Amino acid sequence: MNKKLLALVIGLNLTATAQAETPDLEKMWQIIQQQQAEIAALKGQLQETEIKTEATISAVEQFSVIPASASKTTFGGYGEVHYNNLEKDDSSGTKDAIDFHRFVMFTGHQFTDNIRFFSELEVEHSIAGEGKPGEIELEQAYIEWSASDNLSAKAGLFLVPIGILNETHEPDTFYGIERNNVEKNIIPVTWWEAGAAIKGEISEGFSYDLAAHSGLYIPAGKYKPRDGRQKVGKAKADNGAFTGRLKYTGIPGLELAASVQHQVDITQGEGSEPVDGTLFEAHVAWQSNDFQLRALYAQWDFDNAINAYASTAATDYVPGDEFTLATPASDGKTITGADEQKGFFIEPSYRITDKVGVFARYSEYDNLAGNSADTAVEQIDLGLNYWLHPNVVFKFDYQNQDAPGNTGYDGINVGVGYSF
Amino acid sequence: MFKPMLKALLLTGTVLLTSLSSPMVMGKGVFQSGPDFVAEVFEQQGNAKVLWLTNDIRQQTKVILGRPVTGLRIRYHQHGNKTAWILDEIGKEMPITIGVVVEANKIAQVKILAYRESRGGEVRYSAYTRQYLGAALNDRYKLDQSIDGITGATLSVWAVNKVAALALYYHSLTEQTQADQ
Repeated sequence: MNKKLLALVIGLNLTATAQAETPDLEKMWQIIQQQQAEIAALKGQLQETEIKTEATISAVEQFSVIPASASKTTFGGYGEVHYNNLEKDDSSGTKDAIDFHRFVMFTGHQFTDNIRFFSELEVEHSIAGEGKPGEIELEQAYIEWSASDNLSAKAGLFLVPIGILNETHEPDTFYGIERNNVEKNIIPVTWWEAGAAIKGEISEGFSYDLAAHSGLYIPAGKYKPRDGRQKVGKAKADNGAFTGRLKYTGIPGLELAASVQHQVDITQGEGSEPVDGTLFEAHVAWQSNDFQLRALYAQWDFDNAINAYASTAATDYVPGDEFTLATPASDGKTITGADEQKGFFIEPSYRITDKVGVFARYSEYDNLAGNSADTAVEQIDLGLNYWLHPNVVFKFDYQNQDAPGNTGYDGINVGVGYSF
Repeated sequence: MFKPMLKALLLTGTVLLTSLSSPMVMGKGVFQSGPDFVAEVFEQQGNAKVLWLTNDIRQQTKVILGRPVTGLRIRYHQHGNKTAWILDEIGKEMPITIGVVVEANKIAQVKILAYRESRGGEVRYSAYTRQYLGAALNDRYKLDQSIDGITGATLSVWAVNKVAALALYYHSLTEQTQADQ
């Protein structure tokens, strides 16, 4: 009885359901029409949403992407702290000092795609002022104009295009705490002058630089180029200088370059006769996988009159602006051999890992190479760089210097440097 | 006294004019447009696609570039297992526009499309960009090949290295997407 009733109820339900789910054709047609209209409306909404989304994303991207690549004013810098623990070969002196040697700020501005400004302002030895050890120096400040894709010109105060370190001297780019003696005492880095220069490309890999700029002024009683840097501070501009460089960088990892500079008169008219000078410099920087080799040769040829000029007024001798050994001061003696000043270094290095590299450097320079006396300074440096970050480096090296009269300094140097 | 200076300026001017009037290899500027690069890579136009930069992708990208990535998506072109990417990265101050083609997870081409820095333009030489051919990503998301750099232009070299590694990483994501579908 119950089963029959159940079957009847199910049967009735099914019939009712079937009747409800099967509209007639006209009804179905209406439903389809309605659905089509809804689909069309949804499609329209979707398109509209896509347009809105695209507009939103584009706007967001415009604000989030553009500033990184189109900032017109740029800021950067580098710095290095040095610790030197050195002793003179004859034990007559030591150098035990810690020094924030250089704190540098770069500021640049892109006026248009073709015109830009670049500057480098440096605080040397941390404190500057009357009686203080340091200096505030404007080392670069120029306007550069890209005349065409292969030619640019600049005017203002710029680094002279000579050597390896003069134009690229951020501490994370080279080995050794102190810069090599040859570029420092012969060229002498860091060397900037005021004037105008052009840079161009002759063919793939071959480029040239030509510059006309202010000249050295070596005061009477002195003869080293390093003592002649006027640093463009109310500098004597009676006699200028010209620099030309040819560079080949057509093979990855290789740089070959040669520079020639002519100084019209390094006495700036103060000598009894003009003393002209010509500097020749050539270098190679070669990197292949983890191995790197740097070698440089530089030579000055001055008019012979430089010897008489250096001997005339025995001014108090102040060796360079750093401590490394200087050749003997004139102090009233007759200077000979200053007409030729030259030096070279060779520096192989090996990158053991991404972070650690070791180097060895042999350097030799002589500011009185024109005479037959032994006045050359030789130095061997051995050391390592540890890059905590590609732009942050810790350095350690050992130096052994041999100079005339046991006046060379031996010892260790430790440093930390950064650039950004 | 200024005679030599004047002479040098005249000489400089002459060289400048000579240089301007003679056709030379280009050092700085835009060398090829993005669409032209894509057209050159794919004989028939590759499919234009978009890679959305999800949080996971952003994190990995930050490791590769050493900075957070900007933007929400990256547009690229694909044909088969070959993808082409046009990416910007700042060398020292200005962005370098770099086209990278990846095929089967290896670099098939690197081309500098625009170079705007005043130094380091050597990265655009084919002798330099050829070094990237065949490079893949190692497990530290760096190139598995050593690239010889350019003295005095380390930052430009790093920028190209990073972009090459980034394109390889992005490419690996597109393959995963294909596999998922």
